[in-house]
Amino acid sequence: MINPKPATYEPAPLIEPGHTFGSITDKIGGVVLTTKQPLSWIIVVSIGFMIMGMLGMAVTWLLLKGTGIWGVNIPVGWGFAIINFVWWIGIGHAGTLISAILLLLKQGWRTSINRFAEGMTIFAVMCAGLFPLIHTGRPWLAAYWLFPYPNSMSIWPQFRSPLIWDVFAVSTYFTVSLLFWYVGLIPDLATLRDKAKLKPVKVAYGMLALGWRGSARHWQRYEHIYLLLAGLSTPLVLSVHTVVSFDFSIGIIPGWHATIFPPYFVAGAIYAGFAMVLTLAIPLRKVYGMEDFITMRHLENMGKVTLLTGMIVGYGYISEAFFGWYSANKYEGFMILNRMFGPYWYMYWTLIFCNIITPQALWFRKVRTTPMGLFAVAMIVNVGMWLERFVIVVTSLHRDFLPSSWGMYYGTVWDWMTFIGTIGMFVTFFFLFVRFLPMISIFEMRTMAPAAKMKESEGH
Amino acid sequence: MSTTQAVPAGIYGLLAEFEDPRTLVQAAKRTYAAGYRRIDTFSPYPIEAAWEAIGHHDSRLSFIVLAGGLVGLATGAALQWWVHTIAYPLNIAGKPLNSWPMFVPVCFELTILFAALSAVIGMIVLNGLPQPYHPAFNVDRFERASRDRFFLLVESEDPKFDRAHTAEFLRGLNASEVSEVEP
Repeated sequence: MINPKPATYEPAPLIEPGHTFGSITDKIGGVVLTTKQPLSWIIVVSIGFMIMGMLGMAVTWLLLKGTGIWGVNIPVGWGFAIINFVWWIGIGHAGTLISAILLLLKQGWRTSINRFAEGMTIFAVMCAGLFPLIHTGRPWLAAYWLFPYPNSMSIWPQFRSPLIWDVFAVSTYFTVSLLFWYVGLIPDLATLRDKAKLKPVKVAYGMLALGWRGSARHWQRYEHIYLLLAGLSTPLVLSVHTVVSFDFSIGIIPGWHATIFPPYFVAGAIYAGFAMVLTLAIPLRKVYGMEDFITMRHLENMGKVTLLTGMIVGYGYISEAFFGWYSANKYEGFMILNRMFGPYWYMYWTLIFCNIITPQALWFRKVRTTPMGLFAVAMIVNVGMWLERFVIVVTSLHRDFLPSSWGMYYGTVWDWMTFIGTIGMFVTFFFLFVRFLPMISIFEMRTMAPAAKMKESEGH
Repeated sequence: MSTTQAVPAGIYGLLAEFEDPRTLVQAAKRTYAAGYRRIDTFSPYPIEAAWEAIGHHDSRLSFIVLAGGLVGLATGAALQWWVHTIAYPLNIAGKPLNSWPMFVPVCFELTILFAALSAVIGMIVLNGLPQPYHPAFNVDRFERASRDRFFLLVESEDPKFDRAHTAEFLRGLNASEVSEVEP
């Protein structure tokens, strides 16, 4: 500090100083093993549960009446169901990116955010998976449309269709995310088993922990497969949104049939997902006093990833507009002009505002290190990414090749109830998870404690 | 120390407790160097040096996961080929029945799915889990193995094991406590 050097930037620590193995265990485990919950938890879960009830109502009515209660019709045959599906599945991607890709890249800041981000992934994929199921109108028949099993009609799914690829990609993604999450939880479940005072709680966590006892032989195999799972999840997560984008780009609809779609969708997914991780992390750390573990460094890094992926998404928009012109295809050219200045112009420009202009605020460190500022940007991006999917789906379809087939599309009250209902479902599941399982990986946080350093030289 | 003298020679082993990871790893190295082989360490988080110290390395999972992935790949390829050429041949836009480039995504997803499942199941099976009972749990202090303490276990099955000598040896390794483990 004697050197009169220009003030260098000192990033916030990954874990506030002064924590021991015991204090980390008590702090994170204490949220679960208590009879007291913050009032805000009760309020949020109550509201979320009520909204989830609305989802139940909307889905029941859908199953009774059929998909006619939705706003979809020719020419716009794909509406809210696919918009919401793509939105939710995209949100899930950040969880896998944090847990797998950042693990392979040895990013220490993943440790305190990976657990709840993985939880977010699982619940987001559950919300996403609901839409392809219910959009069939008769989900009990969808089994043989979607899954290859020997049925009495001797018919099989069409594997040349991207919609079937989607079934395999999403169900694999859900299964692997769940496995990854559960494997990560096993040592923490053992901690909760040992820490719990009440017998039934001990037994419940004990059964889930499989008798984990922290043996070195077990840890070696555990670390081995944890790394392998990360290596498997990395191409998987990239493939999932790629396959989702194939749902569009394999079709010959103007605005969908573009080679930019896979990378553009993957970047958009990570962008939306990081916005959602921020949306969840900022209130969580405040309500549960986790500022020691989810520090400003984490928030700032997430802000940077959001900015970067936002710029890639911006590149996607620019190249869409460029190819609309450069292809010299009159349908493509019309599509992009119609998207910008047609009947849904306000959707397009709101989307540009939400996804391209707003995140530019993240260039400023002041914004990245102000939780409220980050939260505001994240919420706007959440909205923007939903609008993006709306614009892609609806503006490409509503102006069919023949002007006589042109139409407009608006979601009905049932569309909105289903969509908002899944947000309630997500909130309910997520906050129940926060109540019953450690929201931050306890054993991985122990490796961050100063006492875990094996050599003096390792401290940096 | 627990008193299990009523069961002569009927102990599972000796459990030494350490306050920090460095002492544990040093102790494990010296125990291994002293010729003990049926030993294990317990820690609240993975310590690479600990399994190296007790001479444990198991790379079978790499092969299990590779095999799982290959089975998944073969399953995907065989399933799609069989469905589209034998079970339910449909002419789609004049494409060949075995239009394999269209089968790549599902093959890929099944490769990942089978590999991930074999990784997790392989880990659980090779670790002998679920195992609700283990003698180490009989030691009350052992519940701190999932919190902030580090343990070294020498099993009585070890040829070098001697109840008195081994306990003395472990105490000499800076163990804060040495307990006898009931079977």
